[in-house]
Amino acid sequence: MEKIQYKPSEFYVPPIDKVGVEERVARIQTRSIKNESKAQALRLALNMIDLTTLEGKDTPGKVQQMCYKAQHLHDAYPNLPTVAAVCVYPTMVAVARKALGNSKVKIASVSTAFPSGQAPMKIKLEDTKFAVENGADEIDMVISRGKFLAGEHNFVFDEIAAIKEACKKARLKVILETGELVTLDNVRLASEIAMHAGADFIKTSTGKIQPAATMQVTYTMLCAIKDFYDRTGKMIGMKPAGGISTSKLAIHNLVMVKEVLGNAWLTNEWFRFGASSLANDVLMQILKLESGKYQSSDYFSID
Amino acid sequence: MAKKNNASDKKGRKESENINWEYAAAPESTASLKFQNKYDLFINGEFVKPISGKYFKTINPANEKVLCEVAHANEKDVDSAVKAAKIAYTNVWSKLSGAERGKYIYRIARLMQERARELAIVETLDSGKTIRESRDIDIPLAANHFFYYAGWADKIQEAFPNKKMESLGVAGQIIPWNFPLLMAAWKIAPALAAGNTVVLKPAETTPLSALFLAQIIKDAELPAGVVNIITGFGDTGAAIVNHPDVDKVAFTGSTAVGKLIQKSLAGTDKKVTLELGGKSANIILEDAPIDQAVEGIVNGIFFNQGHVCCAGSRVFVQEGIAEKVIAKLKFRLDSLYIGDPIDKNTDIGAINSKEQLETIEKYIKIGKQEGAEIYQPNCEMPKTGFYCKPTLFTDVSQSHTIAQEEIFGPVVTIQTFRTIDEVIQKANNSPYGLAAGVWTDKGSRIFNLTTKLKAGVVWANTYNKFDPTSPFGGYKESGFGREGGLHGLGAYLK
Amino acid sequence: MSRITVLKTYKIYIGGQFPRTESGRYYEPRTKSGKSLGNICLCSRKDVRNAVVAARKAQGSWSEKSAFNRSQILYRIAEMMEGRKAQFIEELMLQGSTQKNAEKEMEQSIDRMVYYAGWCDKYQALVSSVNPVASSHFNFSAAEAMGVVGIQISDSHALLNLISLVAPVIAGGNTCVVLASENLPLCSVTFAEVLNSSDVPGGVVNILTGTQNETLPTLSTHMDVNALVTDNLKIEEYKEVQINAVENLKRTFNYKENWSELESQGLKFIANIQEIKTTWHPIENIGGASSSY
Repeated sequence: MEKIQYKPSEFYVPPIDKVGVEERVARIQTRSIKNESKAQALRLALNMIDLTTLEGKDTPGKVQQMCYKAQHLHDAYPNLPTVAAVCVYPTMVAVARKALGNSKVKIASVSTAFPSGQAPMKIKLEDTKFAVENGADEIDMVISRGKFLAGEHNFVFDEIAAIKEACKKARLKVILETGELVTLDNVRLASEIAMHAGADFIKTSTGKIQPAATMQVTYTMLCAIKDFYDRTGKMIGMKPAGGISTSKLAIHNLVMVKEVLGNAWLTNEWFRFGASSLANDVLMQILKLESGKYQSSDYFSID
Repeated sequence: MAKKNNASDKKGRKESENINWEYAAAPESTASLKFQNKYDLFINGEFVKPISGKYFKTINPANEKVLCEVAHANEKDVDSAVKAAKIAYTNVWSKLSGAERGKYIYRIARLMQERARELAIVETLDSGKTIRESRDIDIPLAANHFFYYAGWADKIQEAFPNKKMESLGVAGQIIPWNFPLLMAAWKIAPALAAGNTVVLKPAETTPLSALFLAQIIKDAELPAGVVNIITGFGDTGAAIVNHPDVDKVAFTGSTAVGKLIQKSLAGTDKKVTLELGGKSANIILEDAPIDQAVEGIVNGIFFNQGHVCCAGSRVFVQEGIAEKVIAKLKFRLDSLYIGDPIDKNTDIGAINSKEQLETIEKYIKIGKQEGAEIYQPNCEMPKTGFYCKPTLFTDVSQSHTIAQEEIFGPVVTIQTFRTIDEVIQKANNSPYGLAAGVWTDKGSRIFNLTTKLKAGVVWANTYNKFDPTSPFGGYKESGFGREGGLHGLGAYLK
Repeated sequence: MSRITVLKTYKIYIGGQFPRTESGRYYEPRTKSGKSLGNICLCSRKDVRNAVVAARKAQGSWSEKSAFNRSQILYRIAEMMEGRKAQFIEELMLQGSTQKNAEKEMEQSIDRMVYYAGWCDKYQALVSSVNPVASSHFNFSAAEAMGVVGIQISDSHALLNLISLVAPVIAGGNTCVVLASENLPLCSVTFAEVLNSSDVPGGVVNILTGTQNETLPTLSTHMDVNALVTDNLKIEEYKEVQINAVENLKRTFNYKENWSELESQGLKFIANIQEIKTTWHPIENIGGASSSY
């Protein structure tokens, strides 16, 4: 495989002042979305969810149930959108493929020895190919955080580029695992490396490490996407994952996308939520708006 | 307030769920608030009718509707207010222990916190500032100011060791319309803590929050005459300044009026603090945290519609990143919401008065005439009320009028520079010296710049931050004396 | 035949040089007994202007010198004064002082210079503060020199008031233009010679002689003077200074002091001629790491 050289001159990694980021995020969180707009925003959020199960104890049965839920979020309420995708381990991709049939719900598979990424390159490539061959539409890879923190940025770049090649037509989401990168400066640099190496999406977290998709981290990555777009004309998607479990937080994220990137990113082609419990909260909010009554979780299935 | 968002709209959208949703109007409810038809003067613990017999209207600049009428104090009214303050000083306030004074001031702070929402609405309706700012910044800071100085009242001797400190007497205080309640707090709290009594005059376009504060002071059962709040115009202010029983004058406002005050006080023993105008530089170096710096420019100049004495109205960007910063700034400007200040989503509210709007528009015209490049977002503006689009001038040089004179509106000039020496010279090349901003990632460079900039407040990698503990005030023609912190306390003692 | 003594020409001091007034004029202040003190430069508006230019030029580097260095330089002035004691005393007596008073004034003047030399690297700690703001910022206030300071010296003491007013101003990193005592100017000129032979950079102290009626209005209206210190001016005189100072908002201070008192020295004479600058910087709080252990 031809090695892609990481060229620092092409990178744009401005320093980041965390306190300034916190202030900006706090201001975004004061935005008030009401009524008609809120209903639209909630439906949009629902449609952006990657419904996720990534557990050691996942079974075909569990995955099948989740896939059904993905297509029938709340049948008592007609005309709801579906979620964007289901997100599973590679071994479950075939199960999901079968369960989803011709549905437009996509299948995302984690790969590259998720969540730690501590495996040889060869295995990571195999892992990816396996998922793609089993029918994954999207690959959620993890970067080698250890290498990144040790300063081996070329390694990280090359690895992403190699996985991208193995993805073939599948879209590649690159998980930075920002909770392990610690600083926003690292998040920015890792975003830059991922985008240059061929990521279609950049994603905050595996969901296994805290803190995960904080507003500050997502903001930093959105800024990186904006700068990348301004320089190259290429749109990159964004997926905050882990920790977004309420409608309110989801809407804050959408407001942030709108203000930092613009309306073009407000579609599930360019923005996703990696979440397992968000969908029901959004559903409850949608029904609350509709009926004016606060909802009980007992009335919403928990697959 | 539908407005166009230019962000990459040209890119196609595929999903049916892709909706161009907007922020819906989210006005703060004003239902709970009822203004009286007329407001009188707060003298000697009571609201009294003005001897002048005159009242003037105060309007909501967001829609030009009259809110109510307030009294216009004349010389006799001022005299009765100063007399009340003097008697209260001699008979009551100067005899109270610091601890007791402090407890009264704590009471005021608490009552302000309890009525914060109401005060925020009053402030926004009367001044045109956004509810977001009055709710999140002005009112909490004002209450915190009382809280902070309350604690100093019984520590005056410890604050200035080896010096016998004494209060001054009656403080005459004149405040501007840009931060009506906050400025009242900046003035009253340290004066009371130090043991002085007060006659305060709010600006004629924004008298209401101070009158609500008067009610709070009454409800706090502060001894009668310790704080007197009288409304009026420049003549009222002049009468306060020139009253022989006023021992200290504290003024925040324009440099022109500050100079008049200083002149009229020449040859007297009155102590003075002046907090005046500015034309502050906000300097962005090549290694700055650029996205935060862009936010810093926005906060620096568009905070409170640019009605801020320390507004970062002169932005200096190092040439290597100028293009990028300007592009980002324009993009950011497009996402700002201009409209009814009572709406919680509004970023830029109403200009305080018609007069001020005309001044700003005059400068925008001059800027264009002098050949600077103008940028304003293409957004809808309310049909009534006083509004001005956020305005960016590029291709500006130091000699442009808009880069020299204080505009006091949402208008920023961008100049580029090559070296640090150059930008220090240009930043200091002004009769003002109130504030400055520096954006760079390099610590040693920050200290180089912050020590060489002739300004009373320097924000490094931030801008427009205020705190009761932090002294504020200017160099050169931006005034003298400090407000806030220990230094602000000293200004009310001898 | 006895030797003819060489008479001294009294010059002014601008930018480390000893020019004569550009006006070419002189005046002859006299002692109470009517004896002429010599031909003293009668400075003009232009001399004031030149002195302000020199002071402005010197201001940046003087204020940027380390406090320790300024302290050493002030102490060096005191040393040089000690060496010239006899000359100062002779001049003080020439100007009408008794020997005893002249000696006392001389000693006090040297001691006062030493006192302020010691302050150079200490006042900052007493007038600065770290301010615990509620947001995530480090915030501190520190003193900074005001810039160019005009100093007017009255006729009460020939030397002590000069030292009492100049020392705190330059200790604080300011540069100054001094209008020497109009009728007792000799020590001021000699002091200039002391400064010149100490390590004080040219322009830090500039000394002009002449009639203050002429020079003070020029100095008090000068737009490039940041502050003005006057010495026991009468209220009407000071009022005029204040009005003149308004246009560029000079900070003005009229000290009503008896300079021979020990109380007439102190921190406030330095602190008055300082601006307070408050600096903010964000504090990054990473990942909840705390300082507890």
